[in-house]
Amino acid sequence: MFDICIIGAGIVGSAIAKELSKYQLHICWLEKGEDVSVGTTKANSGIIHGGYAAKHGTLKAKLCRRGNELYRQWVNDLHFPLDMIGAFVIGFNDEDKAVLQKLYENGIKNGVKDLQIVDGDFVRQKEPHLNPDITCALYVPSVGITSPYELAIALAENAITNGVELRLNSEVVAIEKEKDHFNITTHYTPLSVHFDYPKNIKAKMVINAAGLHADDVAQLVGLHDFKIHPRKGQYLLFDKDQGPLVNSVVFQTPTPISKGILVTPTYHRNLLIGPDAQDVLEKQDLATDASNLARVVETAKKTLSTFDLRKVITSFAGNRAASDRGDFIIEESKVDGFINVAGIESPGLTAAPAIAEYVIDILRNKGLAFTEKSDFKAHRKPYHHVALMNKEALNALIKESPNYGRIVCRCETVSEGEIDEALKRPVPIDTFDAIKRRTRAGMGRCQAGFCTPRILEILFDQLHMPIETISKNVKGSEIVIGRTKRALEEEK
Amino acid sequence: MKSSYECVVIGGGPAGMAAAVAAKRNGIKDILIIEREKVLGGILNQCIHNGFGVHHFKEELTGPEYSSRMIDLVRAENIESLLDCMVLSVDTKDRTVHAISPEHGYLQIKAKAIVLAMGCRERTRGAIRIYGSRPSGVFTAGTAQRLMNIDGYMPGKKVVILGSGDIGLVMARRLTLEGAKVEMVVELMPYSNGLPRNTVECLYDYNIPLLLSHTVVQIHGKERVTGVTIAKVDENGRPIKETERFVDCDTLLLSVGLIPENEISRGAGVQLDPMTQGAIVGESYQTNVEGIFSCGNVLHVHDVVDFVTEESSVCGEGVARYIAKNLQNEITHKLTPGEGIRSIVPQTINLNNLNEKVKLYMRVKEISEKRAVVASIGDQIIAKKRDIKFLPAQTVTLELKKKDLLTAAGNEVVISVQ
Repeated sequence: MFDICIIGAGIVGSAIAKELSKYQLHICWLEKGEDVSVGTTKANSGIIHGGYAAKHGTLKAKLCRRGNELYRQWVNDLHFPLDMIGAFVIGFNDEDKAVLQKLYENGIKNGVKDLQIVDGDFVRQKEPHLNPDITCALYVPSVGITSPYELAIALAENAITNGVELRLNSEVVAIEKEKDHFNITTHYTPLSVHFDYPKNIKAKMVINAAGLHADDVAQLVGLHDFKIHPRKGQYLLFDKDQGPLVNSVVFQTPTPISKGILVTPTYHRNLLIGPDAQDVLEKQDLATDASNLARVVETAKKTLSTFDLRKVITSFAGNRAASDRGDFIIEESKVDGFINVAGIESPGLTAAPAIAEYVIDILRNKGLAFTEKSDFKAHRKPYHHVALMNKEALNALIKESPNYGRIVCRCETVSEGEIDEALKRPVPIDTFDAIKRRTRAGMGRCQAGFCTPRILEILFDQLHMPIETISKNVKGSEIVIGRTKRALEEEK
Repeated sequence: MKSSYECVVIGGGPAGMAAAVAAKRNGIKDILIIEREKVLGGILNQCIHNGFGVHHFKEELTGPEYSSRMIDLVRAENIESLLDCMVLSVDTKDRTVHAISPEHGYLQIKAKAIVLAMGCRERTRGAIRIYGSRPSGVFTAGTAQRLMNIDGYMPGKKVVILGSGDIGLVMARRLTLEGAKVEMVVELMPYSNGLPRNTVECLYDYNIPLLLSHTVVQIHGKERVTGVTIAKVDENGRPIKETERFVDCDTLLLSVGLIPENEISRGAGVQLDPMTQGAIVGESYQTNVEGIFSCGNVLHVHDVVDFVTEESSVCGEGVARYIAKNLQNEITHKLTPGEGIRSIVPQTINLNNLNEKVKLYMRVKEISEKRAVVASIGDQIIAKKRDIKFLPAQTVTLELKKKDLLTAAGNEVVISVQ
């Protein structure tokens, strides 16, 4: 019997798992996807927001600011990507300035202390490439950028190191409420590597952090009091030579019609523009399209007109988990012991650590005993990244493990050693995209053209699974279909 | 492992090997080829089809055969090579190559001369902005070629190929021979972008349709590709909405162009030509950075490897001349693309570095018939070559004689199609 079962391993589930792992609790953590962070978490702007935007008095406002502060503490132990580069909300006229003034006041109420209304010259001094017509801006130094999946992975690794039992590829298909516990049935769809997971789990409490599917999971215990609507946002990601065009996160002044498009460097210093917002019917609809992205480009040009569209590396889309209630839903449901953490749309990535604290408060109020572990490991080792190491450190590392000297991704300078390392870390991964998220192999300008065959080989060597079972991400996304001479022969 | 060489060649493909062999034969004793793979040969090793070497070796070879001939020459000349080693950067201040390898760790190797011969990479889905979902089953043609020919795996069984570049055409045939069904090759331009020989031997001989003035506008499928939407394009290359149609397939191969891999060159301050996306070089393949040379596909994308060998040999001679302090820096003549010419390599000439002549490698902008490429200085024509047909996919060569350059008044040579 588990004390707690967390459903969902996005940023919210990861933050909750990490916080709960400090205590003497037996925790099972279920995720439908092949890795942590593979829903909304993996495809968003990667901004650690300042907390001025969400309306004062909402949960969003309260938890966003607190989350921002917590990340800055957590990073010291967990070493995830975080760079507090600051943000501008730019304006072009008095109308915009009035909106910025309102944002400023809202921010002050939310406890954001470092806000400033600045003029166009101030903006240009920090951001010389932006539209010269900018007349004013809200400047927020305490805005940061992260790499959202690497962030979730860091939290998840710490949680697992401290005893949380993560089960990937495990979709929850039924939940029965018994007197003092839940019976949870999962459907396990392994990819290359198979684990011996029991099909049924008993847990005293359930935390529903299933993101886009939080309403589906809630329905399994008969709850129908909220709906999650997928709201798609599309992005364009540019090569690193475009990254230096901006130094901070640049938002446009929101209008009643549009929130505007942001232009930002990513943590790894690509240039990112997006997202738009489009309500879609299907939660899995992540297709990008030419007309929406043309609008993204047009709108972004109002901020920065000099980016080079020929330097686009890829386009992608993410679905926000918008609820019909407008604010975050973090509460114990009508079903005793079933906690909903749902509708976590922007600024959910920022708020996640504070959401975890908030959930612990709910559990504490229910009388759950929180006794700290004596052997809790607060520290998490960062990954080696050959691209970022100096000569001496690199020499020492290669001497110890020669594979760090063999580059398999030339665009991002990722070595075989880093891939070996990713496969040995706490989250048990066996797909291409999981390796990509951890090492950046395949993230560069050639988009895995060069490293695909090499990574296949490494996965084959390390996991001892047939190459045709190795997937890009989900089941059915295998890279190759089999051996030449044989694959199509056998079919006949 | 020595820490300094007279010449370091970055890249052990056909260009690097030919440059090294030529430098050695012209008196340079101390040469190192650095190669990231565990074998020399570069991309030739995965090109298992024939048709290589007709000009240079006077016989038809496969890619691996051509590369092994070159490797034999490297061995015969006792040229040192460092395999499984990736060059990270070139520091021009002290002309040092920074590299890492599993065996040697972080290396800093000094060189009097450096040859950049890193080859090229393929343009991707993102770069040509094909939208839609992001399932597995989308490969660049070269990656699929490597998977099949080196690793022995099938990328898919029902294939659409976008782009009629030579690798795409060759892969259409290769996939067909392995039992896959190649539904069609879709080409944005109104003409094939591959060599005519490949269009005939790889598509027509296998009844694979070539759809000109078409493109792929959307990719479908969640896990694996389930199909693509193709459309006809207007004269500006824009898809015409009404002509969109769905094509059922599980694999999309992209053969939509090659980009010289010049990240190291850029880092070293080498000036690039926007047309070739490679370095701007002189007649001896010297770049604007003292002691740094460039040849092969990193300089400009070639259609036949024989030209790579030829130009890289000239580069190797230039390196030898430079190390012997016989290479002059100044530019005496500039080559300018005129009417109908897209690019010219080399871009500059110093007459004093020439023995008798210089060979130019050019690309034309569009298809033309019964025309001539003409080199002129002012009103004076100094070279002319007729051909039945000029194709953008095919390199046009032209030789300029030193004596003609000497006697003509002026220092700008304009090449045009007339």
